[in-house]
This record gives sequence, C-alpha cells and structure tokens, in this order.
Amino acid sequence: MRDKNIQDSLLRFMTCGSVDDGKSTLIGRLLFDTKTILTDTLMQIEKTSRKRGMTAVDLSLITDGLQAEREQGITIDVAYRYFSTGTRKYIIADAPGHEQYTRNMVTAASTAHLAIILIDGRKGVLTQTRRHSFLAKLVGIPHIVVAVNKMDLIDYDERKYKAICESYKVFAKEIKLLENQTIDFIPMSALNGDMIVDRGESMTWYKGLTLLDILERTTADYAGKDKNFRFPVQFICRPHASDDHKLHDFRGFMGRVESGSISLGDEIIVLPSQYKSKVKSILLGDTQLKKAISEQSVTILLEDEIDISRGDMIIKSNDTILPSKNINAMVCWLSETPMTSSRTYLIRHTSRESKVKLDKIDFKVNIETLAHESIANLNMNDIAQVTFKLARPIMADSYENNRATGAFIIIDESSLHTVGAGMIAK
Amino acid sequence: MTSLSNLSHLDWLESEAIHILREVAGQCSNPVLLFSGGKDSLCLLRLAEKAFRPGRFPFPLLHIDTGHNYDEVIQFRDYRAKELKERLIVRSVEESIKIGTVVLKTQDEPRNKYQSVTLLEAIAEFEFDCCIGGARRDEEKARAKERIMSFRDEFGQWDPKNQRPELWNLYNAKVHKGENTRAFPISNWTEMDVWQYIEREKLDLPSIYFAHKRSIVRRESAIVPVTPLTPKKGNEIIEEIFVRFRTVGDITCTAPVESMADDIKKIIIETATTTITERGATRLDDQTSDASMEQRKKEGYF
Repeated sequence: MRDKNIQDSLLRFMTCGSVDDGKSTLIGRLLFDTKTILTDTLMQIEKTSRKRGMTAVDLSLITDGLQAEREQGITIDVAYRYFSTGTRKYIIADAPGHEQYTRNMVTAASTAHLAIILIDGRKGVLTQTRRHSFLAKLVGIPHIVVAVNKMDLIDYDERKYKAICESYKVFAKEIKLLENQTIDFIPMSALNGDMIVDRGESMTWYKGLTLLDILERTTADYAGKDKNFRFPVQFICRPHASDDHKLHDFRGFMGRVESGSISLGDEIIVLPSQYKSKVKSILLGDTQLKKAISEQSVTILLEDEIDISRGDMIIKSNDTILPSKNINAMVCWLSETPMTSSRTYLIRHTSRESKVKLDKIDFKVNIETLAHESIANLNMNDIAQVTFKLARPIMADSYENNRATGAFIIIDESSLHTVGAGMIAK
Repeated sequence: MTSLSNLSHLDWLESEAIHILREVAGQCSNPVLLFSGGKDSLCLLRLAEKAFRPGRFPFPLLHIDTGHNYDEVIQFRDYRAKELKERLIVRSVEESIKIGTVVLKTQDEPRNKYQSVTLLEAIAEFEFDCCIGGARRDEEKARAKERIMSFRDEFGQWDPKNQRPELWNLYNAKVHKGENTRAFPISNWTEMDVWQYIEREKLDLPSIYFAHKRSIVRRESAIVPVTPLTPKKGNEIIEEIFVRFRTVGDITCTAPVESMADDIKKIIIETATTTITERGATRLDDQTSDASMEQRKKEGYF
C-alpha cells in the first residue's frame, strides 16, 4: 500500500554524474517514458538528431541547454525540470558535471529529497562517485539511489553489477553514508529504457524496483530529525491605517513554519527578545487554521502586544535556542574571489542578516581523498570547516538536526553576490 | 484535522510562492508586481492576497501594455485591480514609440520584444528594485536555468553564466542602485499546476481563455485570429470555429487553439491530454529561432 503522505505530494531529486555517464539520457528517458515530452518538442529533437547524423532519436537532447552553452561547449548551471505521474509531482535538479562542479552540486542538493548517483557500468566506482556521495552526505540528502547505468554495454551481466554494488558499499561505510541515509541500488540502461519506467526484458535476474517505483515510494523529507517548532518571522502585517476599524490593532507575524507545528493556544517565546505569549490565531489567507504544519506559510497572531521584527524567531516556550554570535560550520565557497579573514561579509540565516567575519579555518576537506588539509584562504569550490564571528546573534540549530535553521549563505558586501553556503556544525 | 504530515503539491507550491513574495517584501525597498491580466499573473495576485492580507500589498501593480491586447484582457486587468483596491500603473509601448525609444521596423510587427524597453523605462522612472513576475521554468529552456530571484544589471540584462547561486530557501535580492531583481514566485509551477490552482481557488479569468466562436484563418500550422491587426492575407479563407487561448499576449503573435473547453474542468482535461507545449501551440514568435527566448531575456525581457 502506498503511504497516504505520498499521494499527490511533491518530490525533489537531483541527478549526479557527467554527460558520459548517460545523465542527460536518463533524464530524457524519465521525461519521455512518463509522457512529459510533447509532440512539438519531440519533433524538434528528431530534427536535431537527424541533423547530427543519428539514426535513432537522441533523448539526451531533451535537456540540451542554452545557445550560449552550445556555442561554448560548456554547461551552465543547474537546470530544473518537471514531470508528474498519477501519484505525485517531481522536480529534477539537473546539475552539470564538469565546470564548477561542487558549487552546482551543492546548489542542486540543497533542495533535494533524493539523489541519483550515476555510475557507468563499464567503469565502476570512480573518484567522481566518491565526490558525489560525499557531497550528498554533506548536504544531508536522506535518500541515495546508486544507478549502475549502461548495463547494455556490459551484457546485462549480473555479476559485474553486484561487484560494483559491493565496492560502493565498502566506500559508503568509509564515509559513514548509511548513518542518516537510505541507499538503493539499481541496474539500468537509460539508452534502452530498462528499469527506469519500464522493466524491459534484459535483466530478469533483477527483482528490485524500477527507478520510477523507487521515486514513487520515497517520502519527501529532509535529513534533520528535528520536529521542534521553528518560525522565522519574514514580515509584519500592521494594516492600522486601513478604513476597517476592526483591523486597527491587527498585528500579524508572517512566515513559514520551517519545522514542527503550532496550534491555537500554544505558548511561545520570541527570540532573541525572550518575550513570551500565546497563539491567538493562525491564518492562511482568510482561512483560520487550528494548526499549522511544517512548510506551511501562515500568519500568526499573538495574545499580547509585543514588539517583533523581521529576523526574529518564534519557538515554543518549553524549547530553547541559545542566540549565538560565534558559529562553527562547514562552508562551501562559491565565488572566484577567495574568502579572507581581512574582509567583512554578510550572512543570511533564515530571515535574519548580520555582518560576519571569518575567524579561523579549521581545515579544508579534500573531496577526492576526504583528507583534512590546512589552508589560509577559501577558494572557489573549497569545502572547509570554519569559525565565524557575527555582529548580531543568530538563532541556529545544527544542520544535522534542522536543515532550515542550520543553513546560511554568505553575501559579498561590495558585489552583493552570494559567495558562500554554510551548514552549522554541532 | 487531518493527520497528514506532508503538504499536497499544490499546497506546497502555494506556500513556496507566499514565502518568496514575503522575502521580496522583506528584502526590497521598492518592488512592483507585473500584472498583465493573464492567468499566471492572476495566480500571483491570489498568492499576494494570501501573503499579505488583511494588509495592502507592499507593492503596486504594473502593466506594460503593448497596445496589441485583446479588449477583454485589458478590461479584466482594470476590474481585478479595482476589486483588490490596489494601485495599478500602466506604461505603454505606444508611449515609448512616441518618445522615440522604440523604433518599429514595420507598423504591425509583434511588440513583445519592445516591452523590455518600456519596462526598463518604468523601472528607471519609479526606481523599482525588484519586479515580481509570473514566469515559469517549464515554459521554455532558457527559463529552466533561471533563478527564483534573478539578478539584472543596469541594462536589465540577464547573464546566464553569472547567476547567483540559490540554495535552500535563502534568497538574495540585494542590488546596487540602478540594478534590479526579477522575482519569480511560481518558477516551480507547470501549466497544469496553474490550471489546478485556478480551479481550486475559483479564480475568475478573462473570457478569451474559454472556448468561444472566433473568425480565424489557418496559416501554416497555426490558427490566426482575424483582427484589424492581423487581417487575412491573399486568398486565405476565414472560418468561424471554437477556440480558446492558452496564453494571452500580443495579438499579432499569440494564437488560440481549437477547443470546446468552456470551463476550467474541461481545460484541465485538455491540458492533461494535449500533445503540444504551451508556447509551441500559441506563441508564434518563439518558433523563429531555437534560442529566441534566451536572446530576448539577455536583452532585458521578462
């Protein structure tokens, strides 16, 4: 029986691998076999396939990118694609394999519930497989699907497939992948469509689920086990100037429930001010709710008139978070300009912002060998554990416990670009 | 109370869009919402109601009028803005033509691409630092790679190679004076999601979205409505058939589809079984070149 929570829900997943692993063909196949590709797009792809001298339709062209990319032979950035089945809706984050790999993969991973790690059946577990797996673990993607592709090129050999699975399991143990993640293995041929949506006839020895079956059964949750209520305030609604006198005292605190839930009458505490009150009303548009759950955007009204601003956090009164000006975090640097301790940056954590300085770099993780190395500056695509000093305190949880209140971005004060992404350590 | 711990996909998309709208309001000092009277921007207005009521919207509405619109859509635009009691600003391509910033090659050519000029003029006039729009990533491949908060330089240009990384739900709408952000709250919606939302929220739409009898001619594979701007050519034969529009835009380049779907339910069924993409069916200007949307976006198009 399917889980009721899955019916009609939305699952976000990413694909890790390079073009050579058949990533574009896999995505093309998923879209094609779920009947997402419409006639006019298909006709265009047929035309291009013919132009490039191919006899069959090349499904990888479905994800063919921008003119700027084709001209320069590079892939720019993460692309998002959509399809749905009778069961649920899917968002695919398609991260390019080569250039700026870490940056793109971390970006795609930050919103994914599941990662498909593609392995070329002829090549087995490679350095890039290790890198993908490490990043998936770092960003806390709870479900991993190891897809051994190109089975058609190794005669659909069960023994070879099993050997690859075994070597992946050894490595997964090394990086403690199983502690918070589930792993599924699947043999496939994206080219022929075996084990993606349809089972095909070439691998009768494989009794497991097809890729789509796995997707259809995966719950859309994120790592963080934390079920505590977290409500960062985004915006204050005070329509006091309105002609409607009933609204004169209306004071609504608007935001998204990032985790846990809140019900009418619950006692709350506002951070960092420590003011206490009780929930008087919960609104979604003009609908009154008795309870708001995780990921719902609502407006909360309180019993008492207290001063709350954007960037404050509402939690339940029997709960605590210690506002802190010092944080220790894993940071992925996204900018060509290195991060140095001589400059001041901005940090955005939930709806809160502060100036921030790099205090100390503990170590950099070599994502090929996973060894710790010492470095002076943070360069693009570096992943390092660092300590930051903040001008204003933030209300943070560890990323492992809470994805929403454990994540932050770093903004360059002069270019105003997003230059870093961080995950708060315990 | 239900005991479900996950939101339905439509609830999730709605919540994400509300969150994005509130981030715009929280981060930007002078945002504006682009409102055309079309179905996507009508969804945006409902989302803005859910995000900000009982308060006023923290931004005005702006329509860049090509002068090539169906009357029904313009009337509906005005009616909806009035009903919401929100401020509607209209700037027209016609005005840009008068002051000479838009120079047409031919009098009746499509004006979609010139909207960029008028939009940039409006941004400069009002000093908007963020424009909220109803574009969706599923519409076109140049959109598939666009951020939810998309940075534009002083010339309104989108640089696909230099986009800001966008992680988790932490958006960065910061800009220098003269630059601006385009915010797309329904980036993750598909055409089907939009129709399902319209049905669920019982949103009113301009009448041309529903099947109606119209005089048309068939030109190559497209259905071209016969209007003063798009008269019949040569010995084309005018037919009266039932059509509806899947998108509304410049009359000279927006084609209807043959349809008997005269209510939302029937449209949803048609959308579920259609074999042609929204833009493929109805946008005559996107077909000219494989990269025409990408080109327009780099030039400041929405």
